[in-house]
Amino acid sequence: MPEVVIQTENLTKRFGDFTAVDEITFEVFKGEIFGFLGANGAGKTTAMRMLTGLSNPTSGKATVAGFDVYKQPENIKKNIGYMSQKFSLYEDLTVMENLQFFGGIYGLSDNQIKQNSEALIQELSLQNQAKKLVADLPLGWKQKLAFSVAIFHNPKIVFLDEPTGGVDPSARRQVWDLIYAAADKGITVFVTTHYMDEAEYCNRISIMVDGKIAALDAPGNLKKQFSTHSMDDVFYQLARGATRNE
Amino acid sequence: MKQFLSFVKKEFRHVLRDRRVLLILFGMPIAQVLLFGFALSNEIKNTKIVIVDYAKDYASQQITTKIAASQYFDIDKNLLSHDQLLAAFKKGDIKEAVIFPVNFAEDLSHQNQAQIQIISDATDLNISNQVIAYLTNIILNYQAEQNQLQKIPYRIIPETRMLYNPELKGAPNFVPGVMAMVLLLVCVMMTAVAIVKEKETGTMEVLLVSPMKPWTIIVSKAAPYLILSLLDLISILVLSVFVLNVPVEGSLVLLLAESTLFIVTCLMLGILISIQTSSQQIAMLISLVGMMMPAMMLSGFMFPIENMPYALQLISNILPSKWYYIIVKNVMIKGTGFAAVWKETLIMAGIAMLLFLVSLKKFKIRLQ
Amino acid sequence: MVTANDLVKTYGKKNEVLAVDHVSFSVKEAEIFGLIGPDGAGKTSIFRMLTTLLLPDSGSASVQGFDVVKDYKAIRNTVGYMPGRFSLYQDLTVEENLDFFATVFETTVAENYDLIKDIYVQLEPFKKRRAGKLSGGMKQKLALCCALIHKPTVLFLDEPTTGVDPVSRKEFWEMLKRLQSQGITILVSTPYMDEADLCDRIALIQNGKILSIDTPENISAAYPDKLFAVKANKMSTLLKELAQFKNASATYSFGEYAHVATDSKQFEAGNAPVEFEKELEDYLADHGLENIEIKEIKASVEDCFIKFLK
Repeated sequence: MPEVVIQTENLTKRFGDFTAVDEITFEVFKGEIFGFLGANGAGKTTAMRMLTGLSNPTSGKATVAGFDVYKQPENIKKNIGYMSQKFSLYEDLTVMENLQFFGGIYGLSDNQIKQNSEALIQELSLQNQAKKLVADLPLGWKQKLAFSVAIFHNPKIVFLDEPTGGVDPSARRQVWDLIYAAADKGITVFVTTHYMDEAEYCNRISIMVDGKIAALDAPGNLKKQFSTHSMDDVFYQLARGATRNE
Repeated sequence: MKQFLSFVKKEFRHVLRDRRVLLILFGMPIAQVLLFGFALSNEIKNTKIVIVDYAKDYASQQITTKIAASQYFDIDKNLLSHDQLLAAFKKGDIKEAVIFPVNFAEDLSHQNQAQIQIISDATDLNISNQVIAYLTNIILNYQAEQNQLQKIPYRIIPETRMLYNPELKGAPNFVPGVMAMVLLLVCVMMTAVAIVKEKETGTMEVLLVSPMKPWTIIVSKAAPYLILSLLDLISILVLSVFVLNVPVEGSLVLLLAESTLFIVTCLMLGILISIQTSSQQIAMLISLVGMMMPAMMLSGFMFPIENMPYALQLISNILPSKWYYIIVKNVMIKGTGFAAVWKETLIMAGIAMLLFLVSLKKFKIRLQ
Repeated sequence: MVTANDLVKTYGKKNEVLAVDHVSFSVKEAEIFGLIGPDGAGKTSIFRMLTTLLLPDSGSASVQGFDVVKDYKAIRNTVGYMPGRFSLYQDLTVEENLDFFATVFETTVAENYDLIKDIYVQLEPFKKRRAGKLSGGMKQKLALCCALIHKPTVLFLDEPTTGVDPVSRKEFWEMLKRLQSQGITILVSTPYMDEADLCDRIALIQNGKILSIDTPENISAAYPDKLFAVKANKMSTLLKELAQFKNASATYSFGEYAHVATDSKQFEAGNAPVEFEKELEDYLADHGLENIEIKEIKASVEDCFIKFLK
């Protein structure tokens, strides 16, 4: 049995009389790429906030990297990485400065930061860009760099919120190559996306509808279960029934 | 016209739905008026008064006794020379002095007329004013008492001298000051921010790609703030008349008309700022640092303009708030008519016109 | 209806950023024309020039025969424009937003109700809700209603579906098809390659340059290589091994499959695709992969885009 790194049990979040996340129960295993799908407003963001220790659940249980989301959010934050489409890097700092900053806030030593940065710049072949402002990089590179920064401190789990939105198809695949490489190293990847072809890249995916998890399985199994050939169709069949539309 | 009205309606909805904006619009003026009105007043109890009695006759003694009888003053009798007196004022040892000239009683009984000099340090203007009023009152009382016994009435003439701030510029005139400040804030900052906000959220794009004329957008954006600032103006006036007992001495119509001119000038300034900036933060910074600070410092209601370095005096001339402040002081406090302020009015109108022309030139019908 | 002729737009103090690089195209009446490309490709700049919001550095463009520089007022009267960001008043309700934009365009909601009826019925239950509190899909629908309220003849939609979930995206495209059938010309931009097939004609765009303009079918048909979809038990190993496969000009993941492109010249010489498949299968089996599945496929627009980027 593989090691469980995220475990939730009836995890719930209510805002007043509105239940954003409604008793979700699931497990994510070590080294897995776990796709977290759902329509806009289905409760993905709220669930992700609870798991990253940014918001307290109303009820239910959850542990992330072995730590309790109620009692040990600080420990959780030390063991996870986070990247979103909206914010990831400081545009007005250079590539190197960003690495120094993010290494610093995760408590890496100067030496480690230096070594890791050099390795990273080598890997992404950013040698000529290291002293450039992030704002001047093409979007695809930014996203690759942002992902690398999110796993810079070698976290147990990395949370990715639409990591490839608006990126060209070639760069999108390069980001996914990096995601695969990270998963091979044993980093668990928890990712949301609106690209259904990317859902196929995940080991398992969950689809949220109206705050509940409506389906959770490997992409192939889900397609069988809904007797269709495309993930698009699985998603459509599930999410079309959504009643919530706020 | 329908476009315009619907725009104004929309603008009011924005304002009414944002509690913070409402607070700035209506909470702040009220708070400022009350703050200036009460917090800055005037504990005149136990004010030390030096009585310099060169006369030493029965009349001067009687008045001194009356002053001493008041619970407000501590009396210090001292015979100082004129120069010593001024030196003591300069050092701040003395704030108020009453001087009886030689032959005070004699002048009174033979010429039926005598003088008393009251000297006051006017840097604490509130206190100074109240003390003078009080002393004058005591002297007039004495005069009235004496006159019941006289066939030919006595006249005692209190001659007051305000040191350091002879023209009484300062806190008592805070109502015109607050009016200028609040109107400046609402019209310049709120208008600039409201317009720039549409740029920031992207709604300006949609409005530009519509049959609405760009200038109509700007004018209808500014119009609600004209109404809101008039409401502000009225609430300040109501407060000052009924709570602070500072009445409108001159014509109310003239005051409102001049205020409207000032508001329009400020709106033009706000529009110009909004045309030149693209983020709410910068618009706010420019309005606050670039407009509010100079207006506060250089318009004359905090520090008298005459006491400023010449360069700053020159700069103060371009501030519409300076001219508005002079106008309001004249119309509201002194009660003068339009004849006394036509020059200032003309200057303010000129500034408004200039701002209008500049923003017309700078206005862009496209992005960037 | 809409033509762009050698449009150039640069930004920066010294015009050092070339956002739109000599772009020309024309759009026919009642056509859905898609500008397909990633963020930063220049789509928004092109749209802003066509909607008279930006002046081109050089080149010319016209909408319904009106020049975008000279006749900007006429264009502003007739086009509908939905910018990339959600550009409605978040603190106004659905109803208030719609009424406001109707008056701005000198019309009323009632006057053009049939045009927006299909979309509006879905919004109706929320008409008293503030726009800021709507879900992404609903915001999109409201923005579309507002852009349609004056019955424009040409509709410019800048990335209307970005960040919107697949279900709402699908519904959105159905609405566009209905609008098209009422004779409205639609220009739409999107970073989602799978939406290309929903357009009548598309322009693929990257770094301010148009890579190709045609119908999605023609663009796919013009794909020069032969393309195969490959599947095996472990995707990451498969991709790694394919990258080492000598007879492939490109390999990359594509949903549940990996795509392998190979020079089509070899097949003209008599080599059958079946032989290539055999060669590939043997290679993968030798490298420890199981459950190998290989089939020849037609290129999608996304495959073409990847090819153009090379």
